[in-house]
Amino acid sequence: MVDIIIETFSGGLSSGASTAVIFVIATILVAVVIFTFMAVNALVAVYAERKIWAFVQDRLGPMGQGVGFHAGKWGLLQTLADAAKLLMKEDIIPASADRRLFILAPFILFIGAFLAFVALPFNQHLIAADFNIGLLYIVAVSSLGVVGIILAGYGSNNKWSLYGAMRSAAQIVSYEIPVGLSLLSVVMLVGSLQMQDIIRAQSGTIWGFAPNWYLFSNPFTFFAFLVYFFSGVAEVNRTPFDMPEAESELVAGFHTEYSGMRWAFFFLAEYANMFIVAGIASVVFLGGWQSPFYGAMDGAAWGLFWFLAKVVVLMFVMIWFRCTFPRLRVDQLMNLCWKVFIPFAFFNILGVGLWDLFVK
Amino acid sequence: MGIVHGEEMVLNMGPQHPSTHGVLRLKIRTDGEIVTRITPYIGYLHRCFEKHCENVTYEQVIPYVDRCDYLASMNNDFGYAVAVEKLMGLEVPEKVEYIRVIAAELNRIASHHLAIGAFGLDVGAVTPFLYCFRDRERILDLFEMLCGARLLYNYIWVGGVSHDFPVGFVEKVYEFLDYFEPKIHEYNDILTFNKIFIERTADVGVLPADVAISYGVTGPNLRGSGVKWDLRRNDPYSIYGRFDFDIPIGTGAMGTVGDCWDRYYVRIREMEESVKIVRQALDQMPREGDVHAALPRKVRPPKGFVYARTETPRGELGFYIVSDGKPIPFRVKLRSPAFTALSCLDEIARGWMIADVIAILGSLDIVLGEIDR
Repeated sequence: MVDIIIETFSGGLSSGASTAVIFVIATILVAVVIFTFMAVNALVAVYAERKIWAFVQDRLGPMGQGVGFHAGKWGLLQTLADAAKLLMKEDIIPASADRRLFILAPFILFIGAFLAFVALPFNQHLIAADFNIGLLYIVAVSSLGVVGIILAGYGSNNKWSLYGAMRSAAQIVSYEIPVGLSLLSVVMLVGSLQMQDIIRAQSGTIWGFAPNWYLFSNPFTFFAFLVYFFSGVAEVNRTPFDMPEAESELVAGFHTEYSGMRWAFFFLAEYANMFIVAGIASVVFLGGWQSPFYGAMDGAAWGLFWFLAKVVVLMFVMIWFRCTFPRLRVDQLMNLCWKVFIPFAFFNILGVGLWDLFVK
Repeated sequence: MGIVHGEEMVLNMGPQHPSTHGVLRLKIRTDGEIVTRITPYIGYLHRCFEKHCENVTYEQVIPYVDRCDYLASMNNDFGYAVAVEKLMGLEVPEKVEYIRVIAAELNRIASHHLAIGAFGLDVGAVTPFLYCFRDRERILDLFEMLCGARLLYNYIWVGGVSHDFPVGFVEKVYEFLDYFEPKIHEYNDILTFNKIFIERTADVGVLPADVAISYGVTGPNLRGSGVKWDLRRNDPYSIYGRFDFDIPIGTGAMGTVGDCWDRYYVRIREMEESVKIVRQALDQMPREGDVHAALPRKVRPPKGFVYARTETPRGELGFYIVSDGKPIPFRVKLRSPAFTALSCLDEIARGWMIADVIAILGSLDIVLGEIDR
């Protein structure tokens, strides 16, 4: 998208402005768009989560009463009101906290999520930068967040936070491996790390009707999808893997001491990370912006719709998990990763290779 | 490679912590995530219950008793009324006995609702908690209809109850029982037989029968360890001898006898049994009669002392009352079942992880109002 903006601008203002200035302007523009999208994503996802929770639990959820800013029909303005409240809250930094690290932590976590959005293709053209190592880049920057979590836990100078941070570090670093391995099986088939290439490799149909997505086209990539999705849920610290912030054990884990807007940044990052995990899953295994009906509903607007629809479905599944499952214990979580997911993912790579060699 | 031992860390859990079920403070020594020692500190909710009792009349003690185990006030009132009546040698009308049993068993269901719901919350499952509260709400509505209060009832008095059943109450209770019985399967589907839940609770925090007995643990916690001991059957008070019901015990179906899962499942089964008892009581209850017939003009027991024990949702609730012949008790001592349950926490939680301590504490189902008194 940066390239497109630069081209448009330099076409329009061919005289005068240097390319460097245009580049900076284009980058800032894209950054603002991404930031806005992240904020809107968090607002919508929090509202959706509360409503879905409520319906699963036989409640109504936020409804809003009367007319006023806090209200809105069906509580539609609830998260907006919450955000306003968080903005106005007193910013408390504990006296014994490490001030610099404490302030820095939420931003690092946020930056990790923010950077990942750069390489996420929303449709055929809508991608901030489609570079040749897109997938590797996303996996790399999205695990940057763990640094923020450790800093938050360490900087808070609170034992509960420290426990949360320690658990989180172990968890995220462990689950990076099955995530990487399951993505690797698709990369092996495509032969490219570029996001748009991966999506284009999934065009066409199999057996004449089903879309040629990696979810369907190869049994081993189907298992890779499952491994990726569950590990992804673990990576973003969602139930049943929400050890770092297990509220009944660790009070609130690494963000126990945070309040107001700093706390909101953690939440913004969490929901952005959910979106990224769901986004990668839909790009790599579900054909990204490709229509499920081959040859029909294929335009750019439809592309955006299909991508978002796939992401929304996967995010719904994550919220559904949270409604249903209890939490695993920290050692059971590690067992699941090292004794089940990783061997399975290795086996999968072998399977994908053999399938591609002999069956296809 | 041997096991690496790091420095021990002292972790202060509570009194303001989401999972200490009130204002309990636990001082936990940890080696990494492993707990090496737990010291419970209690008394944050101390209200001088026993001293208060020595300054008010026998009737006025009942509201204080309500506030001890605030999740099962009916059962507490029942225990106190039984004790004072035993001291006075008072006989209560048949109808009153039935009303008391119905109220107490409904309250037992409500209390177990909270126990299993909060236990689910402790291991991270939020939805079962809200399902339990949805159904508990119906019982509270029934109690509101019965005596106007939803939590602290002051309903069972010495020699009677405060109000007769209102018109239409019996039908409402039947309606509730019909509604509630299938819901138990819902709890089982979402929580009891959930794989993750079993992983978290089976084999965890095993309380062997001999340890349980030596600590004086009673109620569902003792029965979870496989000991068939229920005062409603073993030392029947009131009219419990007339009803046909089972006493569920822990069988180690998912792990070891006496683990958290067993204690949890005993409570689920007890709700079924309570439903049975309420049904029988409603069927047999005489419809006519004055619930105030045996109310004494003045509660003034003769000189002497009494110890009476009843089975509350948490176990054996004992009242030791000394009378010096005045309308004010000389001494009231409450034997709290939750206190004994808490006392064995260190023994059974040692060597488990912090997350398990929460699960074990939840499975013991303590109420701080009763521990601190």
